Amino acid sequence: MTDLLAMTAVQQAERIRAGEVSPREAFDFWRGRAEADDLGSYLWVAEEAPADLGELPPVAVKDLFCVEGVPSAAGSRILEGYRPPYTATSVRNLRSAGAAVLGKTNQDEFAMGSSNENSGFGPVQNPWDRERVPGGSSGGSAAAVAAGNAPWAIGTDTGGSIRQPASLCGVVGLKPTYGAVSRYGMIAFASSLDQCGPLTRDVTDAALLFRHLVGRDPCDSTSLAFPEEVALPTAERLDGLRFGVWGLGEEGLDPGVADVVRATLGRLEELGGGVEEIELPSARHGIAAYYVIAPAEASANLARYDGVRYGPRSGDGDLTAMYEQTRHDGFGDEVKRRIMIGTYALSSGYYEAYYGTAQKVRTRIADDFRAAFERVDFVVTPTSPTVAFELGERTADPLAMYLSDYFTVPMPLAGIPAVSIPCGLSEGLPVGFQIAGPAFSESRILDAAYALERAIGFEGVPRT
Amino acid sequence: MSITERQAREYEPVIGVETHVQLKTRTKMFCGCALSFGDEPNTHTCPICLGHPGTLPVANAEAVHFALMIAMAFECDIAPRSIFHRKNYFYPDLPKGYQISQYDIPLARNGRLGDVRIHRVHLEEDAAKLVHAGASGRIHGAETSVVDFNRGGTPLVEIVTEPDLRSPAEAADFGRLLQATLRRMGVSDVNMEEGSLRVDANVSIRPAGEATLGTKTELKNMNSFRFLERGIAAEIARQEQLLSDGGEVEQETLHFDPQSGGLSALRSKEEAHDYRYFPEPDLVPIAPTEAMLDRARAALPELPAARAERLERDLELPADTAKLLAFRSELGDFYEAALSGDGAEGEGTDPRTLANWTTNELTARIGDADPAGTRLEPTAFARLVEMVAAKEVSASAGKEVLDVLVSEGGDPASVVASRGLGRAGGDELDAIVDRAIADNEAAVEKIREGKDQAIGAIVGAVMRETKGRADGGEVQRMIRERLGA
Repeated sequence: MTDLLAMTAVQQAERIRAGEVSPREAFDFWRGRAEADDLGSYLWVAEEAPADLGELPPVAVKDLFCVEGVPSAAGSRILEGYRPPYTATSVRNLRSAGAAVLGKTNQDEFAMGSSNENSGFGPVQNPWDRERVPGGSSGGSAAAVAAGNAPWAIGTDTGGSIRQPASLCGVVGLKPTYGAVSRYGMIAFASSLDQCGPLTRDVTDAALLFRHLVGRDPCDSTSLAFPEEVALPTAERLDGLRFGVWGLGEEGLDPGVADVVRATLGRLEELGGGVEEIELPSARHGIAAYYVIAPAEASANLARYDGVRYGPRSGDGDLTAMYEQTRHDGFGDEVKRRIMIGTYALSSGYYEAYYGTAQKVRTRIADDFRAAFERVDFVVTPTSPTVAFELGERTADPLAMYLSDYFTVPMPLAGIPAVSIPCGLSEGLPVGFQIAGPAFSESRILDAAYALERAIGFEGVPRT
Repeated sequence: MSITERQAREYEPVIGVETHVQLKTRTKMFCGCALSFGDEPNTHTCPICLGHPGTLPVANAEAVHFALMIAMAFECDIAPRSIFHRKNYFYPDLPKGYQISQYDIPLARNGRLGDVRIHRVHLEEDAAKLVHAGASGRIHGAETSVVDFNRGGTPLVEIVTEPDLRSPAEAADFGRLLQATLRRMGVSDVNMEEGSLRVDANVSIRPAGEATLGTKTELKNMNSFRFLERGIAAEIARQEQLLSDGGEVEQETLHFDPQSGGLSALRSKEEAHDYRYFPEPDLVPIAPTEAMLDRARAALPELPAARAERLERDLELPADTAKLLAFRSELGDFYEAALSGDGAEGEGTDPRTLANWTTNELTARIGDADPAGTRLEPTAFARLVEMVAAKEVSASAGKEVLDVLVSEGGDPASVVASRGLGRAGGDELDAIVDRAIADNEAAVEKIREGKDQAIGAIVGAVMRETKGRADGGEVQRMIRERLGA
């Protein structure tokens, strides 16, 4: 049985389909691993296998996905104990494809964070170094997959929340095209940016999980039909493909990370790909625009948490006092900070200067990418400017924390897909390599990532 | 000259109205819950309209269809892509903490209804209903308040006029035209008491003849056209008093109390909300396709204003009668069915006579009810009116027949026959007239002296005897003939 631990999810699915392993055995194995997780990856683990187990290994699900009857708090105290009366479309899609919910993974509160330290239920440790963060906000999903405590997982990415933790934990993370996966049942952070995607051991697993996530959902009017069935990647060479490199000259990029990324560019060329530097002139303003737009949307999205209809309630008597106490007790500092930033940015007299300007920057970033994709097939960057940092290292400095998303924020602002794959180690910690493409180019991105992945031959963290 | 007269000459009221219309769709604006009124509280709710985490709105296609019909009825410019905004305010009747509404790019603009220009038409969702326990019935001073989410999420169309109205009566008339028009279209119940039509008024006054607008106030909570008229009149009087006392009108929102007729401040300009509008990221723009526009156009019936004009022009009905038949479209429908289906040989029923019977006799019997809901058949109604016109039945007997037809149905001729209501004549009437002359010597004397009006006493006696079945004109003629007068 323990050989399941060494297998990718796709390999396990083959064994299950061949009858060599029963769905029940696979589920129980992973349930045992999830139960035994001591990194803080999980906030809830399924007590028992559901009756209708399918032929895919179970999936770990970020806490913010609503699952009927299962605690779904988005990592926030204000939703502690909330058990939704319905299930997110993405989770339903995975279930009907045969993947049961293994557990709910830890995350930064309402997906606001880059280290998982903003969780209302405690931090997550990076399995490569327990003194370090796993990244965020999908930190629990990334850590669980890296440590072999989940066969695969889903998370959400708003400004890098799938790709950055994938990078810091040495796993694959895909942020899909905006609209490719239904957002229905995802507890919202920033609605125009949030997107669900897979965190997996390898690119093939990511492709398979993504195949089952996509689709137009009548419950999400911003969702779109994926233009084709997502194929499992097969590319061995990258001949004729052009890769535009962005951001290697940025100050703040760790030299060790830059070295590993440069070596990866060499591999692209060895595989037949063309590498050139490109400019994305507005992308450097991505962080500034992102930290106006995302908090603005969040300030409205989080207004519903008032202690009246669900979730814990503090204080009694006076209605206003109850609201204030509930929100005071329920929201963490980072969430409060963003509600205030967002409320301010939308206020009369400031709207144009902040929200209006940020939207213009957003349009320009999308234009930059459009222009770039006329010259190159993909834009490649480091995923994170640094490797995993120490727990507590950046908690006192929100701006330093926000810069963790420097390379990942422009893509969701443009609505385009990007994958992060592990490309080597710096100081013994994983470095992520990001490949972005035009909207709905996921199959091509994954194909390129697959060829590169095979050439790199990255070994994950030893699983015990 | 009294003070009121002088002021009435000095100031001109300028009024615009803002109406909220609950659409009669099958389901709510952004979820699949059924619409309801008066049902057990909180029985028409779901995770979406309760604002549960992770839920998303999806725009109701039928609501968009109705809104497009409304925009077309007002001859508006329809936006090729209108967008929804979030209107942020924190209140217990708003489970998401914001209302999904439209802001700078509404569904439609620049229309007209009657003589009033329509500024804009947009779609939004209704708030839940707060019920305040306590003497005031309002949130101020309430001991407890409870929320009924059944109403929350009901589709609303907001219709805003330009400030084209100049008197309380004009505002009420506009409201009635709007109500009749929307009712005719079948897009709303437009019931003011139940809140499916809500009318707010923006009121300002300015020195007569001036072009610049004065500071306006907004009046809320007028749940009938009578109250609307009274509320606006009260506010005009208040503003006139303020200005003539040397004061200034302050921009504020006022609550009209129909009991006392008084106005109280809800909030001042300083307390006005900053709604922090921003585009709703969960919804795509409304981009009406040609097919959607065609469907809305095809669904538009003849509207009351046009119908009144047609009835007046083509059938030569008096303006008031035409308007009544057009504004109460069920009455108009019945009238036109009777007119076209009269089935009489010859010229058929006279449209004006039939209209009179419809607006007087029929409404007297059915009140505000739909005549189609009674036993009366339109063709039977038309035949009855013809029989009266042809003097086969007297007018008063005809009314008795109508009573029977409304409550029991049937054919007028058989009702006349079975109840013996046919016109009195021949030997029967000769005998009755002779007897009446013999019994009223005093009257006969007066007539012979030239006091012609005394004939009424004899006619009355004949009518009593025939129970109204005789024709008054004919009876008079017979009396005069016999008396040689």
